[in-house]
This record gives sequence, C-alpha cells and structure tokens, in this order.
Amino acid sequence: MSKKRFTLPNWAAYLINAALFAAFIIGGNAVLSSGALPSFITKVAMLIGIQVIAAVSLNISTGYLGQLPLGHAGFMAVGAYASAIFMTRTGIPAQLAFPLGIVIGAAVAGLFGVLIGIPALRLKGDYLAIITLGFGEIIRVVLLNIDSVLGFKLTNGAAGLQGIPKTTTFVNAWLMVGLTCFLIHTFMKSRHGRAVLSIRENEIAAESCGINITYYKTLAFSLSAAFAGAAGALYAGYLGILNPSNFGFMKSIEILVMVVLGGMGSMAGSIVAAIVLTAAPEALRAFDDYRMIVYSLLLIATMIFKPSGLLGRYDFSMKRIIEKCVNGELFASFRRGRGKGAEEA
Amino acid sequence: MKRVFAMVMAVVMAAVMFAGCSAGGNNNASNNSGSGDTIKVGLLGPHSGEYAVYGLGVRNGAELYFKKVNEAGGINGKQIELVVYDNKGDDTEAVTAFTRMVDEGVTALVGDVLTGNTLAVVGEANAVNMPMITPSATAAAVTVKEDGTVYSNVFRTCFIDPFQGEKMAAFAAEVLGVKTAAVFAQTGNDYAQGLADAFKAKCAELGVEIVAEEGYAKGDVDYKSQLTNIAAKNPEVVFCPNYYEDDGLIVTQARQVGVTGTFLGGDGWSGVKNYASADVLEGSYYCSGYAPASTDAVKQFEEEFVAAYGKDTLNMFAATAYDAAMIMCAALEKAEETGYAPASEEYKQAVIDAIRTEGPNVKGITSEGGYTFDEYNNPIKDAVIIKVTGGEEVFDRMF
Amino acid sequence: MSVFTTIIKQLINGLQSGSIYALVALGYSMVYGIIMLLNFAHGDVIMVGAYIAWMMMARFAANPIIALIAAVIGCTVLGVLIEKAAYKPLRQSPRISLLITAIGVSYFLENVAQLVFGANAHVIPTFIDDTPIQLGQIAIPTTALITVIVAGISMVALNVLVKKTRMGKAMRAVSEDAGAAQLMGININNTISFTFAVGSALAGIGSVLYCCAYPKATPTMGSMLGLKAFVAAVLGGIGSIPGAMAGGFAIGIAEALVSSAGLSEWKDGVVFAILIVVLLVKPTGLMGRPMTEKV
Repeated sequence: MSKKRFTLPNWAAYLINAALFAAFIIGGNAVLSSGALPSFITKVAMLIGIQVIAAVSLNISTGYLGQLPLGHAGFMAVGAYASAIFMTRTGIPAQLAFPLGIVIGAAVAGLFGVLIGIPALRLKGDYLAIITLGFGEIIRVVLLNIDSVLGFKLTNGAAGLQGIPKTTTFVNAWLMVGLTCFLIHTFMKSRHGRAVLSIRENEIAAESCGINITYYKTLAFSLSAAFAGAAGALYAGYLGILNPSNFGFMKSIEILVMVVLGGMGSMAGSIVAAIVLTAAPEALRAFDDYRMIVYSLLLIATMIFKPSGLLGRYDFSMKRIIEKCVNGELFASFRRGRGKGAEEA
Repeated sequence: MKRVFAMVMAVVMAAVMFAGCSAGGNNNASNNSGSGDTIKVGLLGPHSGEYAVYGLGVRNGAELYFKKVNEAGGINGKQIELVVYDNKGDDTEAVTAFTRMVDEGVTALVGDVLTGNTLAVVGEANAVNMPMITPSATAAAVTVKEDGTVYSNVFRTCFIDPFQGEKMAAFAAEVLGVKTAAVFAQTGNDYAQGLADAFKAKCAELGVEIVAEEGYAKGDVDYKSQLTNIAAKNPEVVFCPNYYEDDGLIVTQARQVGVTGTFLGGDGWSGVKNYASADVLEGSYYCSGYAPASTDAVKQFEEEFVAAYGKDTLNMFAATAYDAAMIMCAALEKAEETGYAPASEEYKQAVIDAIRTEGPNVKGITSEGGYTFDEYNNPIKDAVIIKVTGGEEVFDRMF
Repeated sequence: MSVFTTIIKQLINGLQSGSIYALVALGYSMVYGIIMLLNFAHGDVIMVGAYIAWMMMARFAANPIIALIAAVIGCTVLGVLIEKAAYKPLRQSPRISLLITAIGVSYFLENVAQLVFGANAHVIPTFIDDTPIQLGQIAIPTTALITVIVAGISMVALNVLVKKTRMGKAMRAVSEDAGAAQLMGININNTISFTFAVGSALAGIGSVLYCCAYPKATPTMGSMLGLKAFVAAVLGGIGSIPGAMAGGFAIGIAEALVSSAGLSEWKDGVVFAILIVVLLVKPTGLMGRPMTEKV
C-alpha cells in the first residue's frame, strides 16, 4: 500500500464521540419524554444505566487487573448508603444534593476500596475471591445491625432507609455512564492503565520492571469500588428506599455474569451484556423461572467454549471504524474474521 | 468450536434484544385499548423465589374473589381484568412492575405483599394516587410517610407489627398468668423486631419480667447456643415472633436443650405444624389474623380455595387477600356510581374515598365486624388466638 | 445451672456443628489440594444430598439407613459428574476461568433445586430418638453425639485411605506434582475423579448429619455452609486432613461462643474476620505446608 494511511487526530475522535453521545442522550430523552413509549421503559432505561456503570466498574478489577473480587455489591451498598444519608440528613435541596451525593458515594466507596484492598490484595485468586466475598458480607451485616449497636438511626437496619429523594433520571444516569466510561477509558490508556494491564499479564515480570504492584492493584481496585459507589448512589436515587438485602452475594454474582459474558477486559462487552441482561428479563417475563438457570449455564458454557467472553478483549472504537472506512479496510477486516462484535456502545 | 459458540451467543443476544423491542411494542399497542368495558385491577407480589408461598397465597386469594364477582356479572356490568405481575421479592422489580401496571391503565392495586417491596411501591403509588390495599405488609411505615403524614391512598387488611406483640404480652399476663418471659427474635428483621419490642414494652407495663433476650441472624439453623442461655433462666413463656420455618426448628432445639416454657408467637407461625413434631409444639399459642375453619363463611372460602388452587397456598395471606379483594370490589362498585371512566384521576379518588366509607360494611372472612380504618389507614379488628395441639393449629379464642 | 455447665453445653453445641463443617471442609481441602480449585459447588452438593434424603424418607418412606446410603451415592455421582462435565475441559485454563465455572455450577444447582422442589423449606422427618443423654448435670442431645461419632469415624477412614492405599498414594502424588505423577504412570484423570468422589461422599455423609441436626432442606442451604466450611479448611491449612478437622471444630465452637455471648447477628462477620486474620498472618493455615511461588 503506497498511499499514506489516514489517521484521525485524537481531538477529532473525542469530538465525534462526544457529539454522538450527546445525540444519544438528547435523542433518548426526547423519545422517552414524548410519551410515545410506556413509562416503564424509562425506568428500565435508568436501571440499565446503573447496571452498565456497575459492570464497567467491575471490569476494571476483573478484566484489566485480572483479579476476581466477589464483593462488588458491597461497594454499591456503601455508595448508596453514603449518598442517601447525605441527601436525607442535610437540608440541601435535592437538585444540588444529588450530584454531591454521587461524588460522596463514590468517594466513600473508593475509600472502602483502599481500606479493603490493602489487606485483600495481598492475596490472589481464590483467596482474594473469598476474602472480598467475606468483606461484602460484613458490609451487609454491618448495615443491617449498626443501628441497634450504636443506638441511633443511621441506616434503619432491616426496615430500610426510606424517603430518599427520587432524583435519578434518564439524563443524569446516562451522563454518569458517559463520564464513567470516559474516565475509565482515559485511565486505561494512560501510563497507569498500562501498569495495571502488565500486572494482569504477569505479576512477577511487571514487578521486576519496577512497577509498584501493591500501589497499582490498590489503585485499580479502589477505582473500581468508587464507580460501583456511584452506581449505588444512582440506585438510591432511583428506588427511593434502600435495604441491605438488595446488596447481597447474588447481586455481586449478577454483575460478574455481565462482565464475564461480555468479555473480561472489554468495556464494550460489559456494556452490551449489562444492557441485554437487564432488558431481557423484562421482555421475557414468561421464562422467568428459567432465567437464573440460563445465566448459570451461560457462565459455564462461556468458560468452557470461549473463556474470553462474547467480545474477548475487543473494544469498540469509533476512531478505528472511521479510519477503516476512509481507508477502505472495513470489509477487508470482516472478511478476515477479526471484526466481529456488536455495533452497540 | 469457539467461533461457532461465539456466533451462537451473539445470535441469542441479538434475538433477545429484538424480542425485548417487540414485546415493548405489543404492550404499547395494548395500552390504549380496553379501558372502556373492563376495570383493570393489579395483583403484585412475589410469585416465584424464596417468598413465593406468601405471594401466591395473596394472588390466589384475591383472584378467587374477583373471579366470583366476574361470574356474577362484574361490577356495574363491567368485568374486572386482572393484571398480574411477579416482583420476585425484589424492590427494583416491584417498582418496574408497578410502573408497567400504571402504563397498562390499572385502576387499583391489591398488593404488594412483602413489607420491603411495599415500601418501595407506596411512593410510586402515592405519586399517581393509585388506590391500593396490601393484605400483608405489616410495618407501620407502609401507610405513613417519613414526615408523619399518612399516604391517603394506601390501606391494609392485616395487623401492624406492634399490635400483635402487645396482644401476646397481654395474653401471657392475663390468660396464662405468667410472671417471667423470654424473647427470641431474629435480629435484622423488621417484623420480628417490631413484635419483640412491643411485647417487651407491654410486659413491662403488665409486670411480667423479661428474664432473657436472645437473637439470631437470617439463615441460621443452629439456635442451641442462644436457647441454652434461655434455658438457664427457666422462663415460663418464650415469645418467638419469627417465621414458621425457623420457629419449627427453634422449638425443636429448645426442647433438646431443656427449655420447658410455653412458646408464643405472632402470625408468622401460621403453618408451623409442618415444621416440628406435635410433641414439641404441644400447647404453644400464636396470634393470627385468620382463624381456620372457625365460621361457615371461612369454611366455604377454604373449600372454594382448595378446589381452585389446592392446599399449598391456603394461608393467612390468602384470607386477608380475599378480604382485600372484597373491600376493593365494594369500593369499585361505589366509584362506578360517579360515572367517571376507570383509571381516571377522579375515579381513583372516588375508589380511595369509598374504601373508607364502604370498608365497615364489608363482612370479611378475617373480620366479621367489617373493616373500619383508623386515622393511619390500619384496620381495627380483633386478634385470633390459635393453639397448637395434637399437631394441629386450632382456633382458641378471639382476644 | 452453673456457668460451668452452660459453657460445657455451649462447647457441645459447637462440636456438633463443627463436625459437620469439618466433614464438608475435607471435601474442599482435598479438591483444592489436587487441582487448586475452590469448588464453590461443594456446598450445593450437600444441598442435593439433603433433598435426596428428604425424598427417600418423606416420599418413599425409606428407612433412614437406606436414605443415608442413597444420599451418599447420589452425592458421589453428582460430584464426579460435575468434575467430568464442567471442570475437566478446563484443566489447562487459567484459574480464574475454573473459579467462575465453579460459581456457575453452584448457581445452577441452587436454581434447579428451586425450580424442582420450590423455594420453601422441606421438612425431613426426624429419625433419631431425641431423648438427651444425661451425664451428671449435663444433657447431651443424641443427635450431637451421633454427629460427632460419625464424623470422627469418617475422618479416620479417610486418613487411612489417603495414607495406606494405592489410590491414596496416587492422590498425594498428583497433588504434589501432577506432571511428575503422570510420568510415573499415574492416571491423573482417574485420580482427580476419585478425589471428587471421595470428597462428595463425605459431603453426602455431612448432608445426612446436617439433616439429623437441622431437619430441613432449602435450595440455598449449601452456600453459607459451604463458605464456612471453606473458611474452616483455610484455617486448618488447605490440603491437610487433620487441619480441616481442627478448622471445622474451631469454627463451630467459635460460632457457638459468639452466639451465646448474644452477638449472633455478627456470627458470619466473625467467621470471615477469622479468615481474614488467618490469611494475613499465616496464609498456609494452622497445619498447612508453606508454598513458594514458582516463576
């Protein structure tokens, strides 16, 4: 090929992506608020946004860092409770308290990520899985019982924290999705992100190259926790009531299923899987009894036949697609069978 | 093989997405039809999963009455169309399902079933002023907002938690004449704690000494450690306000470690006879909102219920749901007189008003004296004391 | 009743639940020792065993001994089936894939049980005369006595199997170094399947003992039991048979003491806290061998 290959400058790529995302938010909001669709679709759309954030955040520690934490729902719970307590106990008007609440939820969850990550990340593999599971359960037990121990009303225990302003909307949920994806994407493209990836590939080799393993593991883990906290804060604003039982082990598994099916290490995969697995039960209510069985079989079959998940480590890139279009390579790559993947995200 | 599997997975996912879209479309189409000649009533509860036995009891009990009304010609000539959704015992699902009901033009709701789910739904229901009667959500907060104002659209046909605790304390002091009691309640469970707290307060008032107080966590199966502590204090009664599956094990293990006192429980005991032997349960009492086989009306309900749904879900929830359906039908009858279209704002308000005014005339199977609602929309009705004897749960007295 | 007798009673309570944990922990420990897999589904094998026992006794009115045999056989077959169908194809895969598969299997068994038997608890008829045995001031529940004795016998039998038989030797060889064992002519696949069979058979015995003590079967009964048994295995030192026994008893007694101190709601928290402390202070457990990382 003698012709110089066309490449899209980075600023143009960001601009195009931002424009497409803005069009998605504005268009989506216009369609949903026009009343053409039943209002429960709006609810499901918000829920999908929350699940996408949860899945994408778990993907940092599972996909990029290569660890398997099983207490992700615990971080969601921390974020949800932190922001809900902030919103209900301070007199700040809900419109202002909500964004602040998300930040606080993410910050507190991130802090918990650091506190739990430092001891837990000394372990590997199965031990890490079980210890994070243990921490997740402890968080739930504490939320359930802390009131009766300390003797004041903080989390309301099993009665649930009620009266949280329902401030989550389609627009702010999906803006948060966009922000999360953008931040994670830029983090992973940075020097720090590459350090995290190198730990996944070979911990000992990474360490001998001078990468501070403990620092980067904790960083990635707490980042993962912080975004889970943000998802929790949105969840609190979505439901208006919080109960520790909503953040049990099953919730952690649900998020894990999304990440594994989508492909560990693929953000696009996590997003597609989160959308499908949240929308599908609503669409297929008749098959509800079999849903969990299908999930578990999919999990096993994926591991046996395609351990990398649906998209593997493939990530969707608008920039690459445009470049390929201009260079006339789009179909060539499909013919070589490398370009498979959904056009979502 | 891997490629094939990936392709299959991709196709399945895509198919699911399209199914989702088309299902959404269908619902949309059915939205605007059919509100003229039918009245849509929602039935919401956990019909699958861990709490299915409660949810199915409610669904079957309510459906039984609505079907009878439909067979008798409906309400003002209009058939009742039931819109049934399963919330799987999940708060999120409950809210989504409720929103779907609103989309489909539901006028009134019988449900939700579990307290937690109901709390998630009441806010949504209040926003659209949907008349709802829950047959089973017992927490006081279900009808009262955080700030103390009452949800004017939410009613219930069951007791609230503190009421049962007080009744059992009074029963222990006045009927059994005991001086010492112990409490063994599940911690982190709103229902059990609500009953236990009210029991302790009333005991203090009536001069019954609480000699031991123990708790256990959800999912526990070994209670011997705590029961050993209780046995050491030798109380005359043990108040055990938990759900029947746990209660059966608790009483069995209590007898093993030497607890000799009489066991008392709340309405969660209903069905306990299947979970422990007749010997260990002999002489225990619990209070309930429903007295099996106590009157002719109740017997008739039980016969019809068993004929339609079998015995598995015939429980207190089925009975209070039957009453909730009865009240709802009486209120709809009244609202029909106003001439507004079902599901309109005025119609829903008329139903809410009618629940209050018509309730006292409804001779329910769990409240023969009718349903009078107090200022917090809770029914004023007597408790039924059930005694477990000879392996059966039999009606003892009204109290 | 004096404080002393109360403490003795609490210790007996702890020993009873501890011996069940120990039996289950052995299954975890053996499997982990041989293929480095945390077999999440092991707890659910117990659940299946409990349902088999319930079916035999409640539906077919079988004799308790027959029910026990059926539960043990059922668990053994299930354990081997799981190994062949789900884990064997992943022998060469990264550990994380194996772990996710195990979670999938666990999830699958729980949900199938829920679909088949329903979510509510099934009561297993009591089959042991429940009159406590009086020993001076202390009443020992018969079930506790039987549980501890049966568990003890099973563990001794297992120890003999691993130490004295040909198959036991092969198991130890494979867990030491699978590659070298293969070169010595040991059939690795058969050995691993056999390990699963033995572990699951112990789970079957555990499930019947569990049913005797807490006579109900629910679809999710295995998950917490399994996790705590795993904690017991780690505490004792993974791969070590006496370690698993010691760990099981330790966890059972710790739980009984925490509950009797009025902190039952923190019981699970305490168990996991023990795990965390053990892993941080002595990751190889009380009786485990130190492991060095190979580059």
